[in-house]
Amino acid sequence: MSHLFRRSAAALLILGAPGAVLAQTQSGNSFNPKISLILNGQYAHYSSKAPADVAGALLGGESDYAPEGFSIGETELAIESNIDDQFHGWTAISIGNDGHGNADVSVEEAYINTLALPDGLAVKLGRFFSDIGYQNHVHAHAWDFADAPLVYRTFFGGQLGDDGVQLRWLAPTDLFLEIGAEGLRGDAFPAGGDSRSGVEAWTAFAHVGGDIGFSGSWRLGAWHYDGKSDDRRSSGDEDVDTSFTGKSHINGLDFVYKWAPNGNPEVHNFVLQAEAMRRSENGSVIYDPDGAADASAYDGTQFGWYVQGVYQFIQRWRVGLRYDRMNASNSVANPVGGTSLATLADDGDHPQRVSAMLDFSNSEFSRIRLQYNRDESRPDNKADNQILVQYIFAMGSHPAHQF
Amino acid sequence: MKPYLIVAALGLGAVFSQTASAAALKVFTCEPEWGALLQELGGDHLDVYVATSALQDVHKIQPRPSLIAKYRQADLVVCTGSELEIGWLPPLAEKGNNPRVIPGAAGYFEASRYVHMLEVPEKLDRSEGDVHPFGNPHIQTSPENIGLVAKPLADKLAELDPADKADYAQRYASFDTRWQAAMAKWTAEAAPLKGVAVVSAHKGWVYMYHWLGMTEVATLEPKPGIPPSGADLENVLATLKRTPAKMVVYAAYQDPRPVGWMEEHSGLPGARLPFSPGGLKGTDDLFGFYDVTIQQLLNALNGKSS
Repeated sequence: MSHLFRRSAAALLILGAPGAVLAQTQSGNSFNPKISLILNGQYAHYSSKAPADVAGALLGGESDYAPEGFSIGETELAIESNIDDQFHGWTAISIGNDGHGNADVSVEEAYINTLALPDGLAVKLGRFFSDIGYQNHVHAHAWDFADAPLVYRTFFGGQLGDDGVQLRWLAPTDLFLEIGAEGLRGDAFPAGGDSRSGVEAWTAFAHVGGDIGFSGSWRLGAWHYDGKSDDRRSSGDEDVDTSFTGKSHINGLDFVYKWAPNGNPEVHNFVLQAEAMRRSENGSVIYDPDGAADASAYDGTQFGWYVQGVYQFIQRWRVGLRYDRMNASNSVANPVGGTSLATLADDGDHPQRVSAMLDFSNSEFSRIRLQYNRDESRPDNKADNQILVQYIFAMGSHPAHQF
Repeated sequence: MKPYLIVAALGLGAVFSQTASAAALKVFTCEPEWGALLQELGGDHLDVYVATSALQDVHKIQPRPSLIAKYRQADLVVCTGSELEIGWLPPLAEKGNNPRVIPGAAGYFEASRYVHMLEVPEKLDRSEGDVHPFGNPHIQTSPENIGLVAKPLADKLAELDPADKADYAQRYASFDTRWQAAMAKWTAEAAPLKGVAVVSAHKGWVYMYHWLGMTEVATLEPKPGIPPSGADLENVLATLKRTPAKMVVYAAYQDPRPVGWMEEHSGLPGARLPFSPGGLKGTDDLFGFYDVTIQQLLNALNGKSS
């Protein structure tokens, strides 16, 4: 006791009165949830003003490019907390900008997950980013490029997030092995439309991973997505709807390898990330269902992949390169010229894009990025030179990112 | 593939997992010092996995798949706590699906709860850098703290593995005797370091300075976690002209270039310390860890850079 008292007294003399401050920080608001606010804005310049269509595909919502000029992008408010000894809760509210000066508030994620199920099981319930693919569950502010890979933009409108339930099991082995499945409402692209009365979309995924020596680690994933659409509406730049009724199936593979000398990423580190996915769809498409109503039967498959590498060459500075490519083989019975049916039928092009980025992170909480895209994803592969300057700042509780 | 097949596969996996159990208590430690302490306190009763090495910056660890797989199997998790692992332990808990070791469970042990925390900030503001609201978490830099953690950790082992309770008590008693003797030896050896002024690369050594009576006149990092720029190093150099110091103290995992610059421009020797067991040759166990730490400091005091 007296020994402890002497230590404390000495500490008080040296450092002022830290004990009093400790007591203060541990009481009062300590049961408030962790809150963080992420500012993620940009300046964009595009050399092409043509509509942002992709040859051989119908795009969903949130597939447009970020507006030209300055825009605040998505401001994300995240709140998380343990609810009790069994449940943890997480909510991410995104405040976007529709490009016309109007705020666009959306619930990106709002879920609870279990903390204490036995036998390596966990359940997630609510709205969440699916665990399919590698990049899908990562929030936009943590991506290594300012925009989503072309195949994510085309197949999922950027990212698959839907309402539902996820069951996940983690094997008790030294090799990382997890499998899981999700039953979803089916509101998120490529599913959507009317009669969302049950499980209208579902997924299954498996991940394996491990280390290579002290410096490397990897994860490999395989997944499947299945969704139904019933008069799903999407609109292009002309604000004319296209309706789809039918089924979409997607199979995917994803791989990531991370390297840091002796596992210390402080000065140098490297991340290699690659994903490939194949979508097959069949059903019927109607262009301008409330007007001219040009209808067509549609049966098609699209394949897309990307590979990207990001290297931190000096403390706080990283460079990255990304290559995106897609192709399609579609059968559209009635490809009416000048409509989205013609864009969908246009499967002779190979949409592709090359991106390069440089970013600087003053601390874990701030990042500024310069990115250049040579985008040839529009019909006829017309090149669009895109320049993006992005900033990402995180306020509040410490960010924790998944692998 | 149908959804119910997947659910059936999940259920089957869960049944298989129950058959996997081992005799030894599986311990997941966040830092090498707790792995080394558990070797002393538990020996063969434990199967210890150390998640990080002394050559890594423990603030910045990726929640890698291999760590999730180890976390899943642990009976006990031993970490420093006080938010040192805040960037990666919560993701492990979320993905690791292991109710035995989540914070608050019997299998979660936070070492910093048992020591008196220093440098608890009076103001929590990120403009001060990556500050730790509960105080400086680098408690392993003083052997006094290891001594304070050993008893509650031995008690925790006895609680989770009551069959070997007597052995844990006997191992703790043996360790404590040797530890008190070793601390007396280190304190005597380190007598010339009392009152010595130093520059640190990172604010990582407050417990060691407090233990040995050394004083820190400057840090190379302008704020914790923010690497020094050329201007920051010039500022430290100017500070040293007004307030001279004897050496630059840095950890084995840190970028040696700012330290090299400072050694060259100030003429001060650098003291490269292991920071955690395994950081330098001969520091794999706790006794060697402090032996080498004291020796490196004494070498620098005698003008010998490491």
